[in-house]
Amino acid sequence: MGHPALAADFTADRERARWHDRALWFVREKRDRMATGVPEWEKLRETASAIKRHTQSLMADYLQQFEENATRHGAIVHWAADAAEHNRIVLSILQSHRVQRLVKSKSMLTEECHLNPFLEQHGIHVVDTDLGERIVQLREEPPSHIVLPAIHIKKEEVGECFHEHLGTEKGASDPKYLTEAARGHLRSCFCEADAGLTGVNFAIAETGGIVICTNEGNADLGIGLPKIHIACMGMEKLLPRAADLSVFLRLLARSATGQPITTYSSHFHGPQQGGELHIVIVDNGRSEILQSEFRQSLDCIRCGACMNTCPVYRRSGGHSYEATVPGPIGSILTPLQSPAQSSTLPFACSLCGSCTDVCPVKIPLHHQLFAMRERLDQQQLIGTGKKLQMKALSVVLSNTWLYSLVGNVARAALRVLPKFLIQNPLTPAGQWARQRELPEAPAKSFRQLYAERQQSNDQSSPGSH
Amino acid sequence: MKVALFIPCYVDQFYPDVGMATVQVLESCGVQVDFPQQQTCCGQPMANSGCMPEARPLAEKFIDTFTGYDYIVSPSGSCVSMVRNHYDHLVSASDTQAVAVRRQTLELGEFLVQVLGVRSPAGVFPHKVGLHQSCHGLRELRLGPCSESMTPRDSLLQQLLSGFAGISFSQLQRKDECCGFGGTFAVGEEAVSAMMGEDRINDHLQAGTEVLTAGDMSCLMHLDGMIRRRKLPIRVLHYAQIMAQAMQQAPTGQDRPAVTR
Repeated sequence: MGHPALAADFTADRERARWHDRALWFVREKRDRMATGVPEWEKLRETASAIKRHTQSLMADYLQQFEENATRHGAIVHWAADAAEHNRIVLSILQSHRVQRLVKSKSMLTEECHLNPFLEQHGIHVVDTDLGERIVQLREEPPSHIVLPAIHIKKEEVGECFHEHLGTEKGASDPKYLTEAARGHLRSCFCEADAGLTGVNFAIAETGGIVICTNEGNADLGIGLPKIHIACMGMEKLLPRAADLSVFLRLLARSATGQPITTYSSHFHGPQQGGELHIVIVDNGRSEILQSEFRQSLDCIRCGACMNTCPVYRRSGGHSYEATVPGPIGSILTPLQSPAQSSTLPFACSLCGSCTDVCPVKIPLHHQLFAMRERLDQQQLIGTGKKLQMKALSVVLSNTWLYSLVGNVARAALRVLPKFLIQNPLTPAGQWARQRELPEAPAKSFRQLYAERQQSNDQSSPGSH
Repeated sequence: MKVALFIPCYVDQFYPDVGMATVQVLESCGVQVDFPQQQTCCGQPMANSGCMPEARPLAEKFIDTFTGYDYIVSPSGSCVSMVRNHYDHLVSASDTQAVAVRRQTLELGEFLVQVLGVRSPAGVFPHKVGLHQSCHGLRELRLGPCSESMTPRDSLLQQLLSGFAGISFSQLQRKDECCGFGGTFAVGEEAVSAMMGEDRINDHLQAGTEVLTAGDMSCLMHLDGMIRRRKLPIRVLHYAQIMAQAMQQAPTGQDRPAVTR
């Protein structure tokens, strides 16, 4: 359907779109207050960006080092070239232990690989244990935000959903009551689970350890009770040293939710006693991105700040992107994987640049979106109508005489033609005029006025130069 | 000092008064400008659409037109940023002429403050002014502080206007959110663009803005279009128009408004 149409649907319900905008702006302002409290904020961003640049330049070496050290702690490291291999690996681990019930904490990678439907097809019962993720899972829809998966859902709607699935009182909308109900429901899921699956926020090459950040402690519960822990990570989650972690932990929660640090930052070095720790490292197109001009998009630490700040995302909702990762960073990552299906995303952006300034690892997001548009043009994916318009515009603007002529004719036309002709809804002018007036066309252009002024100046002061 | 005026194509066609006000402000600061007649457009509409082969002849024409000037001054942060920041893929980095033209292309306020050393000129403008911080001026040319960045910066636009007698500034709830113009975005994503514009205007309404101003007429064209459609009591002026008007009424009685340096 494309972003413009889905976004138009979302904005049509103005009240809801405003509510969504304000909810995310609230988070953005919390982030601002947190960032203001760190005098070296901009230096931290700079440092984080430098660490990522360094790590990427030695990616293969650090991955190998990580594997060696993780294996030394007793973890089993798997390598997946793509989503399908990732899913097969996870399934085979689960099947080899006859796992029936799996609890998951938040992992955007498994969303990217569409792991849940794959496992369910193979008879495994999967429960997302992050509260927001559980809500969207019960509603059978994808998350609309990478940190706040259910940000598009009002508490009254959560009440309806829980009434249907968890048996809460009808019409309940008290967040505390609903959260308690979810808590009770999830406790039993944790206790019944045979295995726990988590994402990975950071993997440390030097130590072989992994770090998982949550606010709800659901990752810790999910892998503390069952003996099998599967941790899935994109290969870009790597950091060279344990010392680098402090830079990212300080940036992550402040940027994401405006907290100084996530409630839980859990470190894992090897399996628990008598258990197994499997780490699945996934490429799925990342090696290719690393070779391209979009390599900095791999620096992303999935904080969601670019979504919270994006004036388009806030008003169009995460689902309008039809992508695992929505918003500015998603509008780069998604066309890298499936350009034809997501060619409207890099244009769902006014190039305001707010995302670039908010990004904790300094990904030049709006510059990458600009570059992605060029790439889509090279792939002939920007639409023939638009391309033709730009070709025509380029011809006119390249010739000063033609430009002046077209300008004069267009202004005259705007002055004399009836509105219904000019504002034909099929033309760009008609699109413009749906909710705004066209500019009033003056009789003379600047260059005409300026020439007249020069002439009268010359006449009034003959021989003055 | 040889100074050329670059008037963006849509300003040339639709907002000639903004161009004339720019000339007036520069002249009142003692600068004689040239207007090279050959100029048309910087190429931004094509480049922002991803169409680099269509943008390239415009970039080449721009370099060609403005070679040989000490400064190229324009009342548009967005077009200036296009030339300075986005010509990388369009003109060669080893072309010294192109490098010089790009480096010396300045937004009007940048030229006034950084080259001429203008601080806060004297003048009269007894109105409540709402500053719209156009994104490319703000985040690409760094003409002011932006709320995302923790690097302190002075607001060039506010500084240039703050010396006028009677002027006051609106307190906005979101002081630097995008208006939603975004070039072809205004048409391609019309629904979101219009909602963004609506939200900006509502912010100015609650703040009591009488005159809405910015460094880019493109943002103002979009906002003005919405203001006129809704018949709202907000007047829209480019800041060069405010400066030209205010400085003409300088209370000193001098024939040229005093410039505090």
